[in-house]
Amino acid sequence: MTDSETMIVMSGVNKWYDDFHVLKDINLSVRQGERVVVCGPSGSGKSTLIRCINRLEEHQAGSITFKGIELDEDTKNIAEIRTEIGMVFQQFNLFPHLSVLDNCTLGPIKVRNASRADAEALAMEYLERVQIPDQADKYPSQLSGGQQQRAAIARSLCMKPEVMLFDEPTSSLDPEMIKEVLDVMVDLAESGMTMICVTHEMGFARTVADTMIFMDEGRIVEEGPPEGFFNAPKSERTKLFLSQILSH
Amino acid sequence: MTIRGQKLTLIDFVIFACVVAAIGYVAYRVENVLIYKWDWSAIPSYLFRWDEATGSLIPNLLIKGLVTTIRITFWTMLVASIIDVVLGIARTSSRLFPRLVSWAYVEFIRNIPPVPFLFLFYFFIASQVMPLLGIDDAIRDMSPGTKVVAELLFGPANLISNFASGVVSLSMMAAAYIAEIVRAGVLAVPKGQLEAGHSIGLSHLQSMRYIVLPQAVARVVPPLAGQFITLIKDSSLVALISIQELSFLAMEIAISEQRFFEVWIVTGAMYFVVCYSCALVFGRLERRIGVHRR
Ligand SMILES: Nc1ncnc2c1ncn2[C@@H]1O[C@H](COP(=O)(O)OP(=O)(O)OP(=O)(O)O)[C@@H](O)[C@H]1O
Ligand SMILES: [Mg+2]
Repeated sequence: MTDSETMIVMSGVNKWYDDFHVLKDINLSVRQGERVVVCGPSGSGKSTLIRCINRLEEHQAGSITFKGIELDEDTKNIAEIRTEIGMVFQQFNLFPHLSVLDNCTLGPIKVRNASRADAEALAMEYLERVQIPDQADKYPSQLSGGQQQRAAIARSLCMKPEVMLFDEPTSSLDPEMIKEVLDVMVDLAESGMTMICVTHEMGFARTVADTMIFMDEGRIVEEGPPEGFFNAPKSERTKLFLSQILSH
Repeated sequence: MTIRGQKLTLIDFVIFACVVAAIGYVAYRVENVLIYKWDWSAIPSYLFRWDEATGSLIPNLLIKGLVTTIRITFWTMLVASIIDVVLGIARTSSRLFPRLVSWAYVEFIRNIPPVPFLFLFYFFIASQVMPLLGIDDAIRDMSPGTKVVAELLFGPANLISNFASGVVSLSMMAAAYIAEIVRAGVLAVPKGQLEAGHSIGLSHLQSMRYIVLPQAVARVVPPLAGQFITLIKDSSLVALISIQELSFLAMEIAISEQRFFEVWIVTGAMYFVVCYSCALVFGRLERRIGVHRR
């Protein structure tokens, strides 16, 4: 069913919170190296969708596979699969009791059994990549929002994931800090990383997206390459949403 | 006028005057209405007395009582922590029954006052169960060396069984309060922290150990320190069941010497010194731990 290039397949995925139907018949397939941008109104299920991919949320019907491995309650090595799926949160979720460096080395040391020296070298490499090597010894609370989010991206990259999930990574940032985070994400995209980003940064979407997805009320309403998506959306709801979001 | 850079206003002087007046009034009533004859002469000998046999000063009842109070507090904290580990495991169990039992225990203790609990527990359980544990027999059969250690840890040998009842009763109560403090500390760590741990591939246990617990500890230390100090004071409750700690002995001395004010003022001061010293130490500890909290 999956050729070697396909990384994530969601087919017929449904999810409920009690009796609230939050994801409805989601079908989605993501190739290696593909950049997917997901947008849609608040409450449409975007976060839930990407959180199902690393099983922070459980789906109740349909199937999700990562590199051919089905994610369900029988998945024994879910922690191992999660090491290959990086995730960046809207609220950064850095560990406040650890320095930026220790935030980055915790995973490699505890999960990959790396030596401290190796883990720190790796961490510094990625902190340089997100351009905050000089913040390594500070604590998260001493960093600006933009720096915190870049530290969180570095923390994920330290696990050398095969795919990165972003859940509105710039939504809680002040405007002047959005660009520094988007620059890091563009850089990551250009390096060939497979990415699924929930974001309303349409400039970013146009630059990097291979596939645009528009969600509404738990369904994927529109899916396609950015040219068609932005210039000639098929659905009325997509048109309305885009006109609202692009008008300011 | 300024003190430590704080300006004193008229209000401060008025409050100060009121406090002085209130103290003066109480002193006046005691002197002239109650016609209380102060006599402190007996008190020092209850703190320390001269021992003819060894020719040195040795602690007498009040100091011994204070030491017992501190011993009780220490052991209560320890036993309560053990009960709490069991409670914690039961509370997070995936099975319903352990969760229900631990929940019922905490709610039961938290919603009845300590005095009824103490009497019920002491007379119906401790006094029936303690003899079964064979503590008295064990002490009788101890070698002299072990006995010295036991007395250092638990106090006079002939009172160890009595001491144990007090510790167990207090621990049962303290555990319920501590369980709530710890639970609140763990719940106060945002859910995103656990998710971030999971997302970099840490197991649930690892996420708890390296991420949630360290943050919970930082939040839990201040209220736990408060609970510890409360415990020192509340340990005086076990005077009700004749455990010979500071308050119990003070009561006996006050009655036998008929010197109520003197004995209770000294006793209060002794509690104050111990509790306030603890507060200062904990305060310093807190400032250390709290440096990098968000
Ligand atoms: N744990 C939960 N329990 C119950 N309902 C939930 C839960 N999490 C989310 N929901 C509901 O599910 C719906 C979809 O939530 P989701 O967070 O996926 O939306 P979203 O598209 O990411 O929205 P936003 O743009 O606001 O982040 C919302 O209506 C939300 O209220
Ligand atoms: Mg969301």
